[in-house]
Amino acid sequence: MSEQPQGCARITGTVSGATPEPSGPEERHADKEDVMTARVGQKAPDFTAPAYHRGGFTSVQLSSYLGRWVLLCFYPGDFTFV
Amino acid sequence: MSAVADKYSDLQKLGVEVISVSVDSHFVHKMWNDHELTKMVEGGVPFHMASDQAGNVGRAYGVWDEVQGIELRGRFIIDPDGVIQAAEVLTPPVGRRLAETIRQVQAFQHVRATKGAEAMPAGWVPGGTTLKPGPDLVGNVWKVWKPSMEG
Repeated sequence: MSEQPQGCARITGTVSGATPEPSGPEERHADKEDVMTARVGQKAPDFTAPAYHRGGFTSVQLSSYLGRWVLLCFYPGDFTFV
Repeated sequence: MSAVADKYSDLQKLGVEVISVSVDSHFVHKMWNDHELTKMVEGGVPFHMASDQAGNVGRAYGVWDEVQGIELRGRFIIDPDGVIQAAEVLTPPVGRRLAETIRQVQAFQHVRATKGAEAMPAGWVPGGTTLKPGPDLVGNVWKVWKPSMEG
């Protein structure tokens, strides 16, 4: 969870162990269901993602919280109403 | 997310860390926190607000909506071994009820503390009757629990 240098590249979350996506649209697979899918009773897919945390930009990795309980919440978007 | 931020200290007391994820950039997370969420919750959002602009993480958790290009309201309780114990997914217009999430965390923590020797019946709340699965309980749940006992 180190402070990240802020360039203009569009950085995004990455699932640990996943192969980087091909850059050309023609090479993209329509379905990427081969990526690990979460299920209760199974290991949570590990990931690393850029994050905002208490005034700073950092990176967060799920597996760094092993040994603790984690509440992972997805939501549709910032500035939405619910 | 302000509802989760508001109850963050309760979650911390239970030893729960929080990560929120959406397709917004971390820059937008900062703006949302600074301009709106800080007005709802003292001090703003205290946990990591992760950015998943390409939806990679959302796909791995089955909450990526490719039509709208957003992530559905997916909530996952992950135990200290990294195992998902509970999942709830809602479409965008309805928000979560955090009290139910906290109840589930307490229930799973109780199961873990008893190394699986106790199970939580429907509607269990802390302090409520638990079940001890075993040969003697088969056919005898009615002696220790009934639906009217739901908390």
